[in-house]
Amino acid sequence: MNLTILIVMAVLTGVLGSPYVTDTDVTPGSDSAGMSAHPNSVPEAADGTEVFHEEGVVEEEGVEEDVMATGELNPSHYPAQRAANVVKHYLNTRYGSPYRWVGLHKVHSANAEEVAESGRKYHLEISVQEMTGNTTEKCSAEVLFPALENQRSPQVQASCEALLTANTTAQEEALYQQYRRNHTLLSGHNLPDSYGHIDPDMKPLWHLGGVASSFVMLKESTENTLYNMAQVANVTQLETENDQLRFNYHVLLHDMVSQEIIHWKLLVTWSPAEGVKVLQMEELPKCEHCEVPPKPN
Amino acid sequence: MCKLLLYSFTIYLHSLAERLESKRNYNYTKYHPMEEIYKWMEDVERGNPELVSSSVYGLTFEERNITLLKLGLENPEGREKKAIWMDCGIHAREWIAPAFCQWFVKEILQSYKTNEKLTEMLQNLDMYVTPVVNVDGYMFTWTNESNRLWRKSRSLPPSDCGCRGVDLNRNFNANWGTVGVSYNCCDNTYCGTSPVSEPEAKAVTDFVGSRLNQILCFLTIHSSGQLILLPYGHPEISAPNYDELVAVGKEAAAEMKKVHGMDYTVGTSPQVLYKNSGSSRDWARLVGIPFSYTFELRDKGEFGHLLPEDQIQPACEEAYAGALSIITFVHDKAFNNVTTVPNAAVTTVTGITTVTGVAITIWSTIMAFSLTTGVLM
Repeated sequence: MNLTILIVMAVLTGVLGSPYVTDTDVTPGSDSAGMSAHPNSVPEAADGTEVFHEEGVVEEEGVEEDVMATGELNPSHYPAQRAANVVKHYLNTRYGSPYRWVGLHKVHSANAEEVAESGRKYHLEISVQEMTGNTTEKCSAEVLFPALENQRSPQVQASCEALLTANTTAQEEALYQQYRRNHTLLSGHNLPDSYGHIDPDMKPLWHLGGVASSFVMLKESTENTLYNMAQVANVTQLETENDQLRFNYHVLLHDMVSQEIIHWKLLVTWSPAEGVKVLQMEELPKCEHCEVPPKPN
Repeated sequence: MCKLLLYSFTIYLHSLAERLESKRNYNYTKYHPMEEIYKWMEDVERGNPELVSSSVYGLTFEERNITLLKLGLENPEGREKKAIWMDCGIHAREWIAPAFCQWFVKEILQSYKTNEKLTEMLQNLDMYVTPVVNVDGYMFTWTNESNRLWRKSRSLPPSDCGCRGVDLNRNFNANWGTVGVSYNCCDNTYCGTSPVSEPEAKAVTDFVGSRLNQILCFLTIHSSGQLILLPYGHPEISAPNYDELVAVGKEAAAEMKKVHGMDYTVGTSPQVLYKNSGSSRDWARLVGIPFSYTFELRDKGEFGHLLPEDQIQPACEEAYAGALSIITFVHDKAFNNVTTVPNAAVTTVTGITTVTGVAITIWSTIMAFSLTTGVLM
């Protein structure tokens, strides 16, 4: 009887792992043969691989649809974080400038609900901060991720308590006038560079690239992505038109979930009066002979 | 004869000066290319023979050395030593990680002689530190600005696919190929042709795998995101010591926050990041190493992998506090019979309703019962 219990426990230890480090009795090493023969540690499936293969079937671009929770969400878990990231992009498209680049500080609370025939809606209480300054502001927001049959971009509403009040008008005006007066058109590349360095003179163009990228990232976001701009590969100033400064941007976006770097070309305009606008956006293929993969349906 | 002696002495002085200079001059707040890291490892070993020895434990796809530094002191009672494992640079573009491994070694070197606790720990356990696992990938990120964001290894693809490289952190033998991976060799989470198909993953597996009885904890360092991840990457599998892993992780995060106020979120990958399989962290826990964590260092998206050099010091200072917190815990648990963890009820497993959870509960109960009634002995 004792021997049977011992064998059962040894097998279970081998499969499930020892909770205690001891120098006696069952030692992990002695069961490694059993474990390496059965790398999937779930005991209930006769062939563990099959059960999870179905759930984990991966489409060509590696997009997996998770079963998403509803109700009150843990604010530090990824569903709330991804939704909050979308709010950040939205705020950038509305309020961003070369001197105002919004980042996410914290998610305070979140909940999600299914909206029949529309998709899933998140309610969020978050704090954002301007990466150009040190202040944080609280915002309430709603993000609706459309059901797949509908259009793809999420819809966002947000109100922040004292939105982004750091007065950037003077700096923006000064920069605008300076760029307009330039006899030679500006250009830059690799912002930041391999060492994370950005020339102080180039920082406004880096921020502007980040804000412009948010237009793309807002449009492309789903519950299965987490986008940030990784780098401005290239920026060249074009001739000013209609009092709008104009730039061609080549940006690298990073999606945390797929870990991919995606290249986009943007035609961006800016003035203090009109704010940032993206007139054209185009995704570039990953490699020279590649095509841009079709979006999953 | 005198001339010969004088000549030898001069050479000795010169090499001593070189050793001192390289120790003094190595800049831990800059990113270093692989050639400089290899040289630094040699210098550190040569300059601290009582504490440091190096070991080449594998070759990369392009046949470069995968090298670790072993930090440890002789045990004064000649007792068998335990060990901790730390690796950096599984992902090529995460430059802050190798920078941290170098910083970690430097901290130990510069403080152990005047730090009693550290001396005690080094007498009881060896620290295996690999500054760069994915040497090929890391070197590739240095070849050209346009290669800076490469993530994978540099192995050649299978015949039916056209891109190089495998995501080494999806290649380990832990639920391999199930979730959070791509089967397309051009993708950044490509898991390889089979578990441990990649020489880099095999090197870690073989070295750690042959020392399972020794190794108390397994730390794998990455960026970015400011997270401390516990096993497992699969949403439906829980480590049997989940509660303790969380408690120890939270303690580490608290220590990290004390340094510069930065928040590090603690949780499993499927909770706070995404599901994944085949990670080194999962493999380590699966083969029985009780404490296994992925550190995702700074930042939270502003610079991402391109963390500025002026953040190397603060990032490494907080990471050191976190790593040391975990190492100290596992050391004390193994050597001072300290098993209480802040806010942890080690034997309760809450909130798991899967068969796995039930099995764990049953097994924990059986273990507890048999231990208290002395059935085993």
